[in-house]
Amino acid sequence: MATDAFNKPEVDMPKQTPEERIRNFFEVAKGYTSEMAVEEAERCLQCKNPQCRKGCPVDIDIPAFIKLIKEGKFVEAAWKIKETNVLPAICGRVCPQENQCQKFCILGIRGDPISIGRLERYAADYERNHGVDIPEISPDTGHKVAVVGAGPAGLTVAAELGKKGHHVEVFEALHVAGGVLMYGIPEFRLPKAIVQAEVQYIEKLGVDIHLDSMVGKLYTVQELFNDGFKAIFIGSGAGLPNFLRLSGENLSGIYSANEFLIRTNLMKAYRFPEYDTPLNIGKSVAVIGGGNVAMDSARCALRLGAEKAYIIYRRGMSELPARHEEVENAEEEGVIFTLLNNPTRFIGDGRGNVKEVELVRMELGEPDDSGRRRPQAVPGSEWKLPVDTVVVAIGQSPNPIIQQTTKGLEVTRHGTIITDEATAATKLEGVYAGGDVATGAATVISAMGAGKTAAASIHEYLNGK
Amino acid sequence: MYRIVKKEEITPNIKMFQVHAPAVAHKAKPGQFVIVRASEAGERIPITIADTDTRAGTVTIYFAEVGKSSTMLGGLEEGENIMNFAGPLGNATEIKKYGKVLCVGGGVFVGALLYMMRALKEAGNEIVAVFGYRNKDHVLLKNELKEVADEAYVCTDDGSYGLKGMNVVDELLEKHGFDHVFAIGPTSLQMNLSEKTRPYGIPTRVNLFPVMVDGMGMCGACRVTVGGDTRFSCVDGPEFDGHQVDFEELIMRMRVYNPQEKIAMVVHGREVA
Repeated sequence: MATDAFNKPEVDMPKQTPEERIRNFFEVAKGYTSEMAVEEAERCLQCKNPQCRKGCPVDIDIPAFIKLIKEGKFVEAAWKIKETNVLPAICGRVCPQENQCQKFCILGIRGDPISIGRLERYAADYERNHGVDIPEISPDTGHKVAVVGAGPAGLTVAAELGKKGHHVEVFEALHVAGGVLMYGIPEFRLPKAIVQAEVQYIEKLGVDIHLDSMVGKLYTVQELFNDGFKAIFIGSGAGLPNFLRLSGENLSGIYSANEFLIRTNLMKAYRFPEYDTPLNIGKSVAVIGGGNVAMDSARCALRLGAEKAYIIYRRGMSELPARHEEVENAEEEGVIFTLLNNPTRFIGDGRGNVKEVELVRMELGEPDDSGRRRPQAVPGSEWKLPVDTVVVAIGQSPNPIIQQTTKGLEVTRHGTIITDEATAATKLEGVYAGGDVATGAATVISAMGAGKTAAASIHEYLNGK
Repeated sequence: MYRIVKKEEITPNIKMFQVHAPAVAHKAKPGQFVIVRASEAGERIPITIADTDTRAGTVTIYFAEVGKSSTMLGGLEEGENIMNFAGPLGNATEIKKYGKVLCVGGGVFVGALLYMMRALKEAGNEIVAVFGYRNKDHVLLKNELKEVADEAYVCTDDGSYGLKGMNVVDELLEKHGFDHVFAIGPTSLQMNLSEKTRPYGIPTRVNLFPVMVDGMGMCGACRVTVGGDTRFSCVDGPEFDGHQVDFEELIMRMRVYNPQEKIAMVVHGREVA
């Protein structure tokens, strides 16, 4: 039996072909059918001491939900996941499973690990398509909690505390809830209707969401306390784009990845002129960076009509920080990987538009603090790549506005809010923080993990009141 | 949703709205802006705040219909709702007693400048103001200007109303010893004014409105070079030292979407027809 499981490969998930999908923004991966889900679930060894759970930042009872799928109890499987994860349809799509749960799966030692993410997605999609029930909500505690930012961390805190009977109000600066799930991750990787379905589910738990409400500008943290909120969670994310600080970087046609993705995803520039927000794409697009955001940008560029989309990364293929599946998708779609190259300056056309990016070849030297081999420029190896558009995807920092307007909040030199990792508590009583604003740019699931931690601490704190 | 409590058509393409947004009205200060989105498909448009009424809970804005999104916004009627109205964003003007202050505004931006002038006057400043417009059909708020300013001048580009051109600014700079200059208006006006005040060494604050998307520090579309450093207008500004701003770069960056703006308007025109 065990031998069979080790020999049987994972069940592939159907995808749009690369030729088809680079012409649309529909989801690339189509998801399992029920037969595929059951077949994949049957491979699970149901370990007594499941290693996979160790890799899950929100501690989903993975073998239990997989067993329910195997038995055809799909709604029950979704409920099992939702005991610890309020956004399963999202995590099933965007979690880096290969570095988390699936990395520890015993089957992975000699074959393919169980496709936990695909099964999670299947269960969540099944439940959503068959009508979502609202879990039992504890009696009203009379406590008001404010959540700043409706991204993965904030939504998790809101859902957890809403279920426990606290009155939660979420303050979101943008015109829609979801944070990076809406403005950052493209439609073809995470359909926005799914994000909004999850947001509606959270609203059904009694959570109020205020849009267009930038805390730090419209209300300060102190004013929220004055208004009767007993605890505040800050999950304002890492919204401030980093630039390279190279000559010519303010030429037109050079975008931060944030701007490029906000225009594309949040403002739906791919539907211009039906939607009003435009995006100049041109024929040749260079994306600087090697993370998920860079892959998303390059893949959006192709879909927006670019003939060539380059990934410019200073290290090699095996050092790319992006999720494996996204690199593979990008390669299939024809993204050109220009690795071991680093930009040195941008050259304009004399009318204020970028025309070329100058690159220098790199080689890998000794390992640095992060354990990765340090890239070094090869002297005299500069060359020029003609471009119409450049997307700078080298990371984001926390938006500083809340930190600047909240007295007593301690902040690192990177602008992240200092918290106690075990409780998510900041140095200010009643104020908690988590997600990218505390860790710097990371993943959806780690933000949700921090949200769970914060929700537990806030619940305990309020009970002591 | 935010209700339009009052609407005025100032000129065929300049509209005034008083919008019910009590929290914004309570917090807003001169120099700050709101991001407005008329409908689901609309752009996020930054508009400088021109007044507030905390008792009525309203915020006043003036805007010109220059593209599809602002035309759609201008098409909304009194009593109808604006989908999104986020603010107050950006940093407020530093209001204090400077002494003798020159305030220069242009076009639709004079509303925002008046809001600032009232606060400056309340802080005890003597105000000389120059408002410039394209022609007599575009003149707005001239009576309010005269009410607030100690000395007021109205100019038009073609001389069809008031003085022709804005040469009066040179004369005023020659005649008065100003302690401070504030400007809100078309970027070319702010650039020219900054050049005029530079030889006199008078601190000159300009209020920029580059291309923005979120207006909250996320996208960097509004980046502008100030004193050799890249700054974000939305969170570091929108007010900057006019003598330090790289206006040439700013103007080039503001033209990027002109072709798309035209396409959107043509398509919109066809849809309306």
